[in-house]
Amino acid sequence: MVIIETKNLTYTYPGVQKPSISDVSIKVEKGEFVLITGPSGCGKTTLCRCFNGLIPHFYQGELKGEITVADMDTTKQQTHTMAKSVGLVFQNPENQLFALSIEKDVAFGLENLGVPREEMRKRVEWALKLTGIYDLRERSPHEVSGGQQQRVAIAAVLAMQPEIIVLDEPTSFLDPLSAEKIFKVIHDLNKKLGITVVLIEHRLDLTAKYADHIIIMDEGKVCFDGNPREILSTEETRLIGVGIPKATVLYQLLKKEGINLNNLTPLSSEELSTLLMEVFETHD
Amino acid sequence: MIEVENVHFSYPNGVKALKGISLSIKNGEFMAIMGQNGAGKTTLVKHFNGLLKPSEGTVRVDGVETTKTSVAALARNAGFVFQNPDHQLFSETVEEEVAFALKNFGFEAEVIELRITWALNLLGLTQYRKTSPFLLSGGERKRVALASVLAWNPNTLILDEPTIGQDHQQKEKLRQFVVQMQTQGKTVVIVTHDVEFVAESNPRVVLMKEGTIVADGEGREILTNPEVLAQSSIVLPQVAQIFMKLAPLGLPKNVIDVYAAKEIILKALEERRR
Repeated sequence: MVIIETKNLTYTYPGVQKPSISDVSIKVEKGEFVLITGPSGCGKTTLCRCFNGLIPHFYQGELKGEITVADMDTTKQQTHTMAKSVGLVFQNPENQLFALSIEKDVAFGLENLGVPREEMRKRVEWALKLTGIYDLRERSPHEVSGGQQQRVAIAAVLAMQPEIIVLDEPTSFLDPLSAEKIFKVIHDLNKKLGITVVLIEHRLDLTAKYADHIIIMDEGKVCFDGNPREILSTEETRLIGVGIPKATVLYQLLKKEGINLNNLTPLSSEELSTLLMEVFETHD
Repeated sequence: MIEVENVHFSYPNGVKALKGISLSIKNGEFMAIMGQNGAGKTTLVKHFNGLLKPSEGTVRVDGVETTKTSVAALARNAGFVFQNPDHQLFSETVEEEVAFALKNFGFEAEVIELRITWALNLLGLTQYRKTSPFLLSGGERKRVALASVLAWNPNTLILDEPTIGQDHQQKEKLRQFVVQMQTQGKTVVIVTHDVEFVAESNPRVVLMKEGTIVADGEGREILTNPEVLAQSSIVLPQVAQIFMKLAPLGLPKNVIDVYAAKEIILKALEERRR
């Protein structure tokens, strides 16, 4: 079942000549983990702002083409209706935090949805624990670090348990171990609860292994759309400046030297070291 | 030259962010400060240009104690690019943003023009010269912040998380730029979580944990030491992870570069064939 579909979606910010996204036609299946990547300024964030109706409801400018998300035309639905289905974690957490305490920030969306008190308490606690900020719940979101603010923004969206979660570089301020933990949590929710995940990331070393589907954009257009193993192993993706995981690069270098490695392109160090162990065993 | 001697620092709310830091950075050095969130990395680098003054201990920049001079005097020497570009940008166009500090430092109009052109070109921002920084993407705003500091050509550059939101090509350019700075004898200090960026550049790495330094040395040695890294919530770079798994085959562990990795694997396979 298709949960997000765009047809020739084109959007131009007010006062700018060139569209930020042009002729974007993509389909996302329900339950997929989709990775959107591409050079900085390629239109990734703009595209995500269309998924929950921020464009065109909060941004003027010109939107053309069609977009359907969770069976709704986002250009016609009000954003608070969209919010039940689509949760968006912004690139800059300061843009979305405002309550006096972290706990209240996480509860805010649920209050708006009219979730019963007991259920709300349960979900807030669950989201705070999942993102590792339960002990900070009484603190103001503005006095914690950038990385902790990102966790708050993620918790607030998770608590809503929307059908689709859209995350725009959600862990850029977090240390690598914390980032890895957050990505694991998101991957788990994707697999266990079937939540559709759309993740914008440059750091494919950390994230490519979770993706079922990758979309690569450049200059507002979609240039690759499909299976991550196939797409990341092409020469063209490297040339447009996508940061291919090092394990994938090393695999390609070794293949070029004639080393007989399995044809399934690895996306993580675990996958490549398993392949290499096999090669070494056959040489013993 | 930056000399930090037994520095302690507490914020007004009582949080002890630095607990006895000693460190010296030579001119022309490229150093990466790494460590978990809240380890005190940003607090430490804010001491390098006098934005913060130690509660205890001393910081000397080119021999002058930061408590005995003004931030304005130190700023000319040490350019600082913040983690979040929105804390730094305020002008109506990218051009004005880059011109701001240059005007403040009293450069002549012609020089300002040349510097703006140079910095925007270096960071791939020429096409946005007349655009508002707030219409740009997160990664682009980060580069505007960088351009505005590079333009006045400071002797020391302090970059807090410079690779956030940057694609691979931009990171590559940043690396080349840092190398170029070093050849001119300039000092570059970055605060970063980006292990892959550090692995590709192999700078001196200072690893922090809870306001203290837990390791200080060559990137290749520190980034391949899982016990030390675990203390600071840093994960091994991918290449190092692979060599950790291959170690039982008798391969070295301290490999972080893909090209070096390729050569080592080819050689090991060749030896086994014989």
